[in-house]
Amino acid sequence: MTREAADYHKPLPVMEGMTKEFYENCSRGELCFQRCSGCEKLRHVPTLRCARCGSWDWQWSASTGRGKLVTWTVVRRPMHPDFADDAPYAPAVIELDDGVRMVSWVVDCAADDLCAGMPVEVVFDHVTSEVTLPKFRRVTS
Amino acid sequence: MSALQGKACIVGIGNTPYRRGTDGPVDTSLRIELEACEAAIADAGLRPSDIDGILPFYGLSIAEVLAVNLGVEDLKYQATSHVGGAGPGASLANAAMAVEAGLASHVLIPGGWYGFSGRRVRQIIVQDPHTMSGGMNARDFYFPFGLTAPVQWFSFVARWHMNEFGTKPEQLGAVAVAQRKHAQLNPNALMNGKPLSMQDYLASPMISDPYRLFDCSLEADGGAAFVVTSLERARDLPQKPVKLLGVAQGQPYPADDLVGREDVFQLGQTSAAPRAFEMAGITPQDVDFAEIYDPFTFQVIQQLEEMGFCKRGEGGPFVEGGRIELGGELPVNTHGGLLSEAHVLGMNHYIEAVRQLRGEAGERQVENAEIGIVTGFGDFGDGAIAVLGR
Ligand SMILES: [Zn+2]
Repeated sequence: MTREAADYHKPLPVMEGMTKEFYENCSRGELCFQRCSGCEKLRHVPTLRCARCGSWDWQWSASTGRGKLVTWTVVRRPMHPDFADDAPYAPAVIELDDGVRMVSWVVDCAADDLCAGMPVEVVFDHVTSEVTLPKFRRVTS
Repeated sequence: MSALQGKACIVGIGNTPYRRGTDGPVDTSLRIELEACEAAIADAGLRPSDIDGILPFYGLSIAEVLAVNLGVEDLKYQATSHVGGAGPGASLANAAMAVEAGLASHVLIPGGWYGFSGRRVRQIIVQDPHTMSGGMNARDFYFPFGLTAPVQWFSFVARWHMNEFGTKPEQLGAVAVAQRKHAQLNPNALMNGKPLSMQDYLASPMISDPYRLFDCSLEADGGAAFVVTSLERARDLPQKPVKLLGVAQGQPYPADDLVGREDVFQLGQTSAAPRAFEMAGITPQDVDFAEIYDPFTFQVIQQLEEMGFCKRGEGGPFVEGGRIELGGELPVNTHGGLLSEAHVLGMNHYIEAVRQLRGEAGERQVENAEIGIVTGFGDFGDGAIAVLGR
């Protein structure tokens, strides 16, 4: 699914610091979250310091990539012109089995078929040579 | 009793006409803010040079620019809170502390924008996404997934509530319909002369499901300002003072990530409202009217719950049956709010509360209004609340 940046016209993360590392892990096919070395807590979005135990030490920890859909919106009138051709589309909140929640997109599922608690698993969309977005698909089995 | 209870008051209010479309230049918010400031200062019976504190709204004109235009040569105190629509309430708390501590005597709180004719939200999200709520978190972890605008992120929370508690579209509609009724009694409301039925609401186009067009506030050109001083100083001024009985701020945690919270319905108001009520020595039952920051309909329901007017999950039924309409148990947004008067950054909620407590609200006057609350809501749920009394 690799495309060149010139062909992809949607907002991209600014590839710096922990953001860059997060998306680089996705490019390698791994959805990873920060795991605190002090108290083992997983966290997303990235922060420098563990708010729970105060540790500055952490490592990227691979997620199972499995979770459930907890909320979403079906965008009928995009506010951002780069998503004009995608409507209706459904930004979603995924709660991973690991316990963290993240904003993503459920692919290959019509908006009307989305439902709370639907099991999903991560798929990687290599939108440019530099950036891979973690998206989710319905687990049917 | 808090050291701040009943010590400060609002002695002047002013606002511009609220419009969608403007004749003059619209390059920055300065002109429309200054027009509102002039009106508020005159209403207080003061001259612009009497102002010695200015607490600007984040992202709009800064204090020194306002000061040089108003002729404030001795600006003793200025501060801005980075809490979006909770800014006016945060500034009111700041103003009360400043006058009580003697740092300043006449504190001006301004706000206004060309929210319709100037740069609109749909342009800002393209040009400067990092300046939107959530900053770089949103830019790097929301925007790439098409979650780019307030109507989208707050509809997440509305659906979450619908899934968990069975809140219905008709209950969101009850907020829109009630506020539109109030706007029919307010000549400065953009939706004055345009009544809304529940059928109209349900038939309005879906923007970001579950939010329809009439769940959304009205981007508008408008400015509003008010002047705060001590109760003692107010005795020499022409207006009957509206007293600040309680004030508090609060933040959801973490404030900068809407979806990562342990408690997904938590708002700044969850902790702020009990603090403000305690400072004022009241309970929600003592409140005669509520001007609630209403970027979208569900955020009114959610704040009513989190402030304790009803239990969490019961906000949908609470807003039905006319309870939040004029004549009901708790009239909400008696001016029409951001939904039906105009989106003037929640500054217009303060103007309305003062008019109600002065008894100057005309056809929409809440009978025997003695205590009113004003809330602010910014970014991903930052909160401020003021308890005002006559
Ligand atoms: Zn830790």
